[in-house]
Amino acid sequence: MSDATPTLEGLLRELAPQALGAVVRRFRQFDASEDAVQEALAAAAAQWPVEGIPANPRGWLVTVASRRMTDHVRRESARRRREVDDAAHRAADARLAAPADETDPGAAGDDTLTLLFLCCHPSLSAPSQLALTLRAVGGLTTAEIARAFLVPEATMAQRISRAKATIKKAGATFELPPPTERGERLRVVLHVLYLVFNEGYTSTSGPDLQRADLADEAIRLTRAVRRLLPDDGEVAGLLALMLLTDARRAARTGPFGELVALADQDRTRWDRSAIAEGVDLVTETLQTRRLGPYQLQAAIAAVHDEAETAEDTDWLEVLALYDLLAQVGPNPMVTLNRAVARAMVLGPDAGLELLATLDDDERMADHHRLHAVRAHLLEMAGDTEAARAGYLTAARRTLSAPEQRYLEARAAALRD
Amino acid sequence: MKYLLMIYGNDELWSSFPPEVFEEVVRDTNALQAELRESGEFIGAWGVGGQELAKCVHLDNGVPAVTDGPYIEAKEYLGSLDIIDVESEERALEIAARVPFARVGKVEVRPLLHEAAEEI
Repeated sequence: MSDATPTLEGLLRELAPQALGAVVRRFRQFDASEDAVQEALAAAAAQWPVEGIPANPRGWLVTVASRRMTDHVRRESARRRREVDDAAHRAADARLAAPADETDPGAAGDDTLTLLFLCCHPSLSAPSQLALTLRAVGGLTTAEIARAFLVPEATMAQRISRAKATIKKAGATFELPPPTERGERLRVVLHVLYLVFNEGYTSTSGPDLQRADLADEAIRLTRAVRRLLPDDGEVAGLLALMLLTDARRAARTGPFGELVALADQDRTRWDRSAIAEGVDLVTETLQTRRLGPYQLQAAIAAVHDEAETAEDTDWLEVLALYDLLAQVGPNPMVTLNRAVARAMVLGPDAGLELLATLDDDERMADHHRLHAVRAHLLEMAGDTEAARAGYLTAARRTLSAPEQRYLEARAAALRD
Repeated sequence: MKYLLMIYGNDELWSSFPPEVFEEVVRDTNALQAELRESGEFIGAWGVGGQELAKCVHLDNGVPAVTDGPYIEAKEYLGSLDIIDVESEERALEIAARVPFARVGKVEVRPLLHEAAEEI
């Protein structure tokens, strides 16, 4: 993130969770406050370019959103008229003097974290968590989020309002989860940020600009979480993993939007400063914090990023890290990658042997990636016929269009 | 994950409904779509023009040739389609089973290829 020259859009996204935190604190209604802040952001996007950025932009947003909230509450019912007047008074007061929670950056930071926990509430499905996080914490509009997920705006609007209703029904309040639950809830938050990143990073064509934007957004939000929880190794690990992966973005697709495998990428197009930042971060974290899966994945990404050429890759190191990862956070995808690392160090048969352990895993047995990796190792072993069949099987099973084209090309290359 | 629900049938089937049954099917279809809109799972639904409106385009040495048809021999053909965005295949199948035309015709469910590949 370039702090030096923040764009108006960047500024608004930065301020969105802070303003929302202040409004929710005052009015206690997350769903309506969230709408009010979105309206305030839209008003700012229209007015500030013309009238200039106000001296206290956050205060401006809070005031405008509070005014909307006052209107909202006023509309609600006559029975609650007295509360309305009370709220209106307080909103009016805010225009005269900013309350402590608006000027204390600590409180604003805590608000951002509280919002993240709320948006990643366990009662929500993953797509809803993603959408709500991007809107309430990321400050993106519904239209932007809808574009990023390739669904109509009306669909996304419904999804977001339903998510807010679900949170309300689950009785969630605008408070940090109790310390006993915080660790587990933070895992969910990090996973949501990771999914947002993937959604942006893995898109290779179509409206790719908006989607690349999601990767930037995930990095920005993860940076914000890191500022709030500087001592958490996994937060740092996730940020490093994103930076080290995103550094390859430009080299990851060819001129026609096709996927370029890591081994075939033009490494001069990798973003060196992102790599340097990611490597520093993961190196420091691994030495001082409790080991976790994101840190190990970041360390693996760092080994790849530091190799001048694909042939220079320190596969021994990669394998050692995957062996560790298999202990700390085992899952079938880790096994798959570990098999590749084993093949690179010990030969294709050693990799194929490990892959065979996945055949009985019902999550993986039919997964296109198992077929693709096996085909790759068979190709290494010189069994062209079986490799070709494997690539084609994988191509039929993947739901990703670019990946399908890539796998079909691999199969076609083996025909001669 | 986006799924395509294809509702298959034929003229004979569509025209065999008594008016009151047809009205019921329309009503149930509207209700289902409203429900999916509400849940944020609805992308769109389209009826497909009849076979008599179908055209085929084929490039003959680079020159487009347009013909009527195809007048497929198949007993059933595509009548309408829905696109939904759901959490899982299980959910897609559940919705397909609630498409009113599933009672008389057949609903084919296919996942849509998308542009993003899941990352390891």
